Amino acid sequence: MANPLDYLKETASQTAGPYVHIGLVPSDTGIEIYDHELGRDITGPNATGERIRVEGRVLDGNGAALKDVLIEVWQANAEGVYAHPENSGTVEDGFRGWGRVIADFDSGEWSFETVKPGGVPGRSGSRQAPHINLWIVARGINIGLNTRLYFDDEGTANAADPVLGRVDPPHRRAALIATRDDSGAMPVYRFDIRLQGDGETVFFDI
Amino acid sequence: MKTPAEFYMRDRSIHPPAYAPAYKTSVARSPNQALISLENTVSEITGPRFGHGDIAEGDNDLLTNYAAAGKSAIGERIILHGRVLDENAKPVRNTLVEVWQANAGGRYRHKKDTYLAPMDPNFGGCGRTLTDDEGYYFFRTVKPGAYPWPNQVNNWRPAHVHFSVFGTAFAQRLITQCYFEGDPLIPICPIVQTIPDPAAIDRLTARLDMNATIPFDAIAYRFDIVLRGRRSTLFENRLEGN
Repeated sequence: MANPLDYLKETASQTAGPYVHIGLVPSDTGIEIYDHELGRDITGPNATGERIRVEGRVLDGNGAALKDVLIEVWQANAEGVYAHPENSGTVEDGFRGWGRVIADFDSGEWSFETVKPGGVPGRSGSRQAPHINLWIVARGINIGLNTRLYFDDEGTANAADPVLGRVDPPHRRAALIATRDDSGAMPVYRFDIRLQGDGETVFFDI
Repeated sequence: MKTPAEFYMRDRSIHPPAYAPAYKTSVARSPNQALISLENTVSEITGPRFGHGDIAEGDNDLLTNYAAAGKSAIGERIILHGRVLDENAKPVRNTLVEVWQANAGGRYRHKKDTYLAPMDPNFGGCGRTLTDDEGYYFFRTVKPGAYPWPNQVNNWRPAHVHFSVFGTAFAQRLITQCYFEGDPLIPICPIVQTIPDPAAIDRLTARLDMNATIPFDAIAYRFDIVLRGRRSTLFENRLEGN
């Protein structure tokens, strides 16, 4: 169809495929080309705030863990500031707020360490609860899936969060809330992502 | 300070749907529920930034970035180049472009690839670069070979290079695949054909570019990439609310 306003059309998405690791985390498949790989360190050494570990699996419609999934992480620092010029405020030197992580080739478990983000501004003067933005790509996923991870020890902020508030029916909100475990040396938040079926994770068109 | 603007709504009619059963793996990996639409917030209009300290010179030369000294990958030497623009045709500057691909015989350097075609000892298969002030990028590589994959009994992927592009915001994040003009496998590939719009498939097909071809060295293909555009700040901007 003709596009009378002369806007260009966005390039169409395609699956990342089973060998996404070659391009985005090459050393994980034994390819040593780059001096340093991007996305290995979300916070840098100077980030303030609570150090946490986030872990989980991505499950398909049969309940099987994806062993070839790649997840990208985008988050604010502990003060609720993104490392980006359009966000007012500054972040600690070396804080990037972005990372990428892959599932273990055998178990499908993935994890990353970071700091717990602070809340960030929402629209119309609202406040968003602390959250981590996730982007999921894999074989069989034709266009990257956007979701958010919230924290189960932020009940008051979660109840006022404008994005969680859009999720209807409300019982689906639980799929976006990670579960804290303080039994180890570092707090761990568990966040399993269900692509399809019972307990399906909420995905967003952002 | 200029008020941050929203990105144009993604036109899902040019992208593949999540559920595309001819591509069998999508059947169990596609959400059943509708996506929930979010108006942009600061979480979506920001995204990671990269600089020249992040990459090294030569990361965009797949002919040599994994090769032994004085060696080069085997295959049809090509330059794969183009511009990254947004829907307003503005260049997307200083953005990270990452690529990965099979070698000239269709074999990936990956522990999960068991295709009988041999590995090329001088070819790794990944590269990365930053666009310049005009949004321009280029890679030197070999043209990848077609390869078989377990979908239907006799499915072969067209020659393709996987592309990952960031833009300036998490809302622009995109992974796609670049195909090559004239490849007869394109119209019969179940992954290509997950895209419902033939014009969108055509835009994923790099064109032979004789003007950029270097005589007695490398044939050039041109592949432009378009990321989501942003609302003009000439008008009232609604990101901060109304």
